[in-house]
Amino acid sequence: MSAEATPEALAVVPARSTVRRRRAPRRLPHGWALVREILFYLLVLIAVAISLFPFYWILRTSLESNAEVARGVGGSNGLLPSHLTFSAYSNDFNQQHFLTPLLNSAIVALGATAVTVVVASLAGYALARLPIRGAGAILAFILIAGFFPVLAMVGPLFLLFKELNLLDNIYPLIIVYLVYTLPIATWLLKNFFEQIPKDLEEAALVDGATPLQALRKVVIPVAAPGVFTAGILAFILAWNDFTFAVSFLETPAHFTAPLAIVNFGQSQFQVFYNRIDAAVVIITIPIALLVLFAQRRIVSGLTTGSFR
Amino acid sequence: MATIEIEHITKIYPNGSEAVSDLSLDVADGEFMVLVGPSGCGKTTTLRMVAGLEDVTEGTIKVGDRVVNDLSPRDRDMAMVFQNYALYPHMTVADNIGFALSLRKLPKDEIRTKVEDAARILGLTEHLRRKPGQLSGGQRQRVAMGRAIVREPAVFLMDEPLSNLDAKLRVQMRAEISGIQRRLGVATLYVTHDQTEAMTMGDRVAVLNAGTLQQCAAPQVLYDAPTNLFVAAFIGSPAMNLYRATVDAEGSSLKVGDQTLELPIALHGERPLRSLAGKEMVVGLRPEDLSDAALDTNGHGGAGQQLVGTVELVEALGSEKLVHFRLEAEHVRALESIASVEGDAEGLEAGEISSAANVNGVARVEPASRLRAGEQARFAVAIERLHLFDPTSGAALARPVTDARRASTSTSS
Repeated sequence: MSAEATPEALAVVPARSTVRRRRAPRRLPHGWALVREILFYLLVLIAVAISLFPFYWILRTSLESNAEVARGVGGSNGLLPSHLTFSAYSNDFNQQHFLTPLLNSAIVALGATAVTVVVASLAGYALARLPIRGAGAILAFILIAGFFPVLAMVGPLFLLFKELNLLDNIYPLIIVYLVYTLPIATWLLKNFFEQIPKDLEEAALVDGATPLQALRKVVIPVAAPGVFTAGILAFILAWNDFTFAVSFLETPAHFTAPLAIVNFGQSQFQVFYNRIDAAVVIITIPIALLVLFAQRRIVSGLTTGSFR
Repeated sequence: MATIEIEHITKIYPNGSEAVSDLSLDVADGEFMVLVGPSGCGKTTTLRMVAGLEDVTEGTIKVGDRVVNDLSPRDRDMAMVFQNYALYPHMTVADNIGFALSLRKLPKDEIRTKVEDAARILGLTEHLRRKPGQLSGGQRQRVAMGRAIVREPAVFLMDEPLSNLDAKLRVQMRAEISGIQRRLGVATLYVTHDQTEAMTMGDRVAVLNAGTLQQCAAPQVLYDAPTNLFVAAFIGSPAMNLYRATVDAEGSSLKVGDQTLELPIALHGERPLRSLAGKEMVVGLRPEDLSDAALDTNGHGGAGQQLVGTVELVEALGSEKLVHFRLEAEHVRALESIASVEGDAEGLEAGEISSAANVNGVARVEPASRLRAGEQARFAVAIERLHLFDPTSGAALARPVTDARRASTSTSS
C-alpha cells in the first residue's frame, strides 16, 4: 500500500504517468564504441560505392563525346567527363536505329511475360491445391529444366527452327524464353498460392462459385503481389537474354536490344564506348520503371483483414 | 424450409484414419443444433461433409428430401460461417456480403437492397465501403454472418465462429447469433469446442468424441442425465468430480476411498444396482452438488452424506466460491482422445478412463463459507444427484431421477 496517501498527493492524480516527460536525448557512443560505429558505416559506404561504381561509370561514359572517348580516361577529368553531351544517345537512335531493336525486345519480352503469367498461374495453382500424386516430382522437374545450361539447348533448337523455317524471326523467341521464365514463375506462384488459406476458396465455393470462378475472382486478386512479382521476373529474364537472340536472329532489323548493342561502336579505328554505354543505360530504363511501378502492387500483408 | 438428415456417415481419409464413425443425426427445420466435442473429435469434418467440402466415405446426407452427397457446395443452398471468417480481403464489406448474390447474377439494385438490409440487422451500415482489413474482429465476424444471412439459405453452417473473439464479445455475439437464427428460423448446424456455447445456444446438443456420437439431447438433459462418462465429464464447468468407488455387499452404500456414502433409496431399489453389489464403480458428483457442511443450509450432510477432504485452494468469485480439495480416493479422468493420453497411460483407447493422481475435486459453495486452504473440510453431498458409471465401458448405470431425465429425448450409446 502506498505511503504517500497524503491529502496533497490525492488532490491531483494525473491520468498519465509524468515520470518521463522528456525523452532523454540519444547519447553518442564514446571511445571504442564510437570508433566501431564509424568503421561500420565506412564499410557500408565502401560496399555501396563498389556496387554502384560500375553503373556510375557506364552512365558517365555514356555522356562523353567521341573525342573524349578516343583520348581515354587519362585525358579526361576522371570521375566526370569535361563536357556532358548526349551525342552518344542521339547517335544510337538516329544513325544506329536503336529504336527497332528496342521494339523487338519489348514485343518478345512482353509476349513471354504474358504467356508465363497465365501458364504459371494455372500450373502453380494446380500444384498447390490439387492432390496430384507426384506433384513434388513434377515441380522438381520443372525447376531442373530451369537450371539446365542454356547453351546446350541452342544447338538442337537451332536445327528444329531451321526445319520449321522459323529462324531470323522474333516470335519464336517468345516460346523459347519460356525456358527461362516458366520454372521460376511456376515455383514462385505455387508457393504463393500455398500461402493463401484454403478457407478463402471454400468460402467462395459455398457462396456459389465454380472452381474457376473462385480462382478468377478470389484467388488471383488476393495473390496479385505474387503474380506481379512473377511477371516482373519473367520480363527481366526475357529482356536480358543474349544467347538465344544471337543464335536465332540474323538480319539487324530483327535484332533484340542486347544483340544490337554488340554492333554499336564497332568501327575500324575506334571503339565507341560512349555509344555502347548509352545503349546499356537505355536498356536498363524499362526494367527500372517496371520495378518502380510494380513495387506499389507488391503490398505486404497479403491477406490482411481476411482473417481474424 | 429444410431439415438435415445425417444417416450413418463415416469419413475415412486416404491415409486410413477414421475421422467420423457411423454418425446419425437429425436437425429439424428451424432447429439450432450444436456439435460439440474436444479437438479432433470429428465435428468440423462432419460440418464440412454437410457443406460439400469433404467427401462422404459412407452414408447419406439429406437436406429437405434431397440426397446431397454428390452435389457441389454451390448447389446445396447452404451458407457457411468459417472459424477464420475467410472474408475476401480485396473486396469492400458490401462486395463481400453481396458476392454470392453477384454470382447468381441478380440485378444490381436488388443486390444493394439485400446487402443494406443485412447490414442493418448486423449494425454494419457505416462500414459498407471499408475493407475487411480496416475492421475489428467483432465487425469482421458480423460481416461473415452477413455474407451468410443475405443468401437466405435453407441451412446455416457455422464452424466455431466465436472462438477468435475475446470473452466479452463472445458473450454478446452468442446472444446476437441466437437472436438472428431464431428470427430467420433457419435450421442451423453449429460447431464448437466450448461447452458453454453449446449449452447456451443449442436447442439440442450433440456431443462427439473420437468420431462417434456420445449423446444428443437438449442441454438440460445432457447436464442432468449424461449417458456416459465422457458426456458427464465434458458438460458442466467446473467438470464433474469422478472417483472410483465400490458398492458394498448389500448395495446400499458406496465406499469412496476410505469414506462411505449412503446411497439414496431411489437407487437402492433399482435392480441393476443390487446386482452390482460388491462391484467397482465410478461415482460422479457435480461441484454444484457439494456444499459446505458447516453452513448447514439444505438439510444435507447427515452422517452418510458427507465427504471429508483437504482444501487445496479456494477461488472466490463473488457469487460463489470454488473449493479445490483432495480426497483420499482414486480420481478418474475420462480420456478425450488418444492425443491427450500422457506417457504412462498409453495403450488405452479413446473414451476409456484412467486414474489420475494429484487431481483435485472441485466444490461450489456459498460465498459465506469460511473454508481456507490447508484445512480439512466437510462437504455435504446432495446424494440424490449422484451419478454412477461402469468403470470399463463408461456407460451410466444410475442417474439422478429428475424431470429432465423423464423427458429425455433421443440418446445413443
